[in-house]
Amino acid sequence: MSSKNALIEYCLRIADNSSILAHRLSEWSGHGPILEEDIAMSNMALDLIGQARGFYAYAATLENKGRSEDDLAFRRDAREFVNRNLVEQPDHKDFGTAIMRSFLYSCLSYLQFRTLMNSNDETVSGLSAKAIKEVIYHVRHCGDWIVRLGDGTEESHQRITDSLNDLWMYTNELFEQNEVDAILLNDGVGVDLTLLQQDWLNLVKEIFSQAQLTIPDVGGYQSSGGIKGLHTEHLGFILAEMQFLPRAYPDAIW
Amino acid sequence: MHFVKRILANCNQTSNIGMETTLSVEELNKREAEFDAKIASGITIEPKDWMPERYRKQLLRMMSQHAHSEVVGMLPEGNWITRAPSLARKAVLLAKVQDEAGHGLYIYSAAETLGMDRSEMIDQLLSGKAKYSSIFNYPTLTWADIGAIGWLVDGAAIVNQTVLAKCSYGPYARAMLRICKEENFHNKQGYQIMAYLMRGTKEQREMAQDAMNRFWWPSLMMFGPSDTNSPNSGDLMKWKVKLHSNDDLRQRFIDRTVPQAEAIGLRIPDENLKFNESTRHYDFGEINWEEFKQVVSGNGPCNKLRMKQRADAHTNGAWVREAAAAYSAKKAASKN
Repeated sequence: MSSKNALIEYCLRIADNSSILAHRLSEWSGHGPILEEDIAMSNMALDLIGQARGFYAYAATLENKGRSEDDLAFRRDAREFVNRNLVEQPDHKDFGTAIMRSFLYSCLSYLQFRTLMNSNDETVSGLSAKAIKEVIYHVRHCGDWIVRLGDGTEESHQRITDSLNDLWMYTNELFEQNEVDAILLNDGVGVDLTLLQQDWLNLVKEIFSQAQLTIPDVGGYQSSGGIKGLHTEHLGFILAEMQFLPRAYPDAIW
Repeated sequence: MHFVKRILANCNQTSNIGMETTLSVEELNKREAEFDAKIASGITIEPKDWMPERYRKQLLRMMSQHAHSEVVGMLPEGNWITRAPSLARKAVLLAKVQDEAGHGLYIYSAAETLGMDRSEMIDQLLSGKAKYSSIFNYPTLTWADIGAIGWLVDGAAIVNQTVLAKCSYGPYARAMLRICKEENFHNKQGYQIMAYLMRGTKEQREMAQDAMNRFWWPSLMMFGPSDTNSPNSGDLMKWKVKLHSNDDLRQRFIDRTVPQAEAIGLRIPDENLKFNESTRHYDFGEINWEEFKQVVSGNGPCNKLRMKQRADAHTNGAWVREAAAAYSAKKAASKN
């Protein structure tokens, strides 16, 4: 694989993660537990859409095949999506699950962008420098809620514990790497995720200890394969909904 | 957190509520005369000023209804966020619906200055005691409906709210000023969606015209009943809460919207619509007031759905609000 193709794939990964998580957060618009939180979740979704657009647009420029950011978001099928499976998990309108999902992902995203700010690739470093300001807020906002829910009522403690237990099997996968990472690491463009795993765990544990939550025992099935396009059943439904208009009216401009 | 404080606060606001009972008739008359004089000379009324109980009640009714409309109004448009046809459209729509939540917040806060807590207002909405704008009881069936709502519904809201920005109650007027700026952006993005559709494929043009056909008349109904049949208008106009009649505002909306429709090739679904050279206004056909009455009284296509969506969000979020309040109380207790 060429360095350029690796970079395209890398940008798609970041963009897919952002756009799919934005989709999940945007499902909350109008349905939040309180108006202020409706606004906050939309804010996070908007930040993520902005990040997705930046990285899709860069991938489109690099591949130079006449595809746009929207072609990449709306005309690829589930097996071509390379997001981590965590971000596509449904929350069934459970606020704690939505917050936990964003928290676990944002902690990684924060550490990743913090390193990518120093990438040899100027566009990647520029986009990362912009994104990190947003992601810091996401970590803080979701972290605050996890503490409140963990240390709130008996019910909220149980519910956020359940969310953590349900989502934990998707966290190992956050650190999966392949040839793409090796090439970009060698080029000074990408990050070695294995080096971030301990920092991530420390960050997560710090919040969990304030929230009186314990990390679940690792055992049983661990999700794998998002970066190879191997997803859970949920992604197909997200795409069916998200891509409906461009697919149904292929010649239309909106 | 701001809202936690609000949840915990015991609604002990220092407004003028209940003061009238201690006033003598002479004193009451004197104050009413002063109040009327203030209104007449265009001085705005502020939360701590004395005001007649009827003024406070009418305003509270109107403002809470307005805030509820913003919040319920998030639902029909929110319905299309996950299906927006491009990332840019998705971001704009999400931001627009987020603005509506913000408007709801401003207006709830402004209404709270009249002595009712937000949670109480929300209870009134969910129990059906308080109303919201009937336009949101119509479904959004296609993407073009998002254009139609931004352009027509927000367009109608701007006509109403621009006038409200000059109303006699300070907090409401100031909220309107800020809101109007955002509504203008909403109106433009809605019109832009329609313009894109009208210069698109045949299917897109049909989609746009269909949305126009369904949303035109309900948009005209947004201005409320005709002047001859508007029960609350008299007092509200006397107090300069309302500055123009429903029919005047409706006419203003029609006059500014018809040329916009024509510019992009949309037909107005009214065969009686015609520019009147002598009045310099558009004449238009009869509004179906029976439909209006039905939708206002709960029998519109989406009344039940909208209330269920709001009630579900409220119920599903109860444990979150309780947790936030409990956590905040624990923190406060550990400080003491």
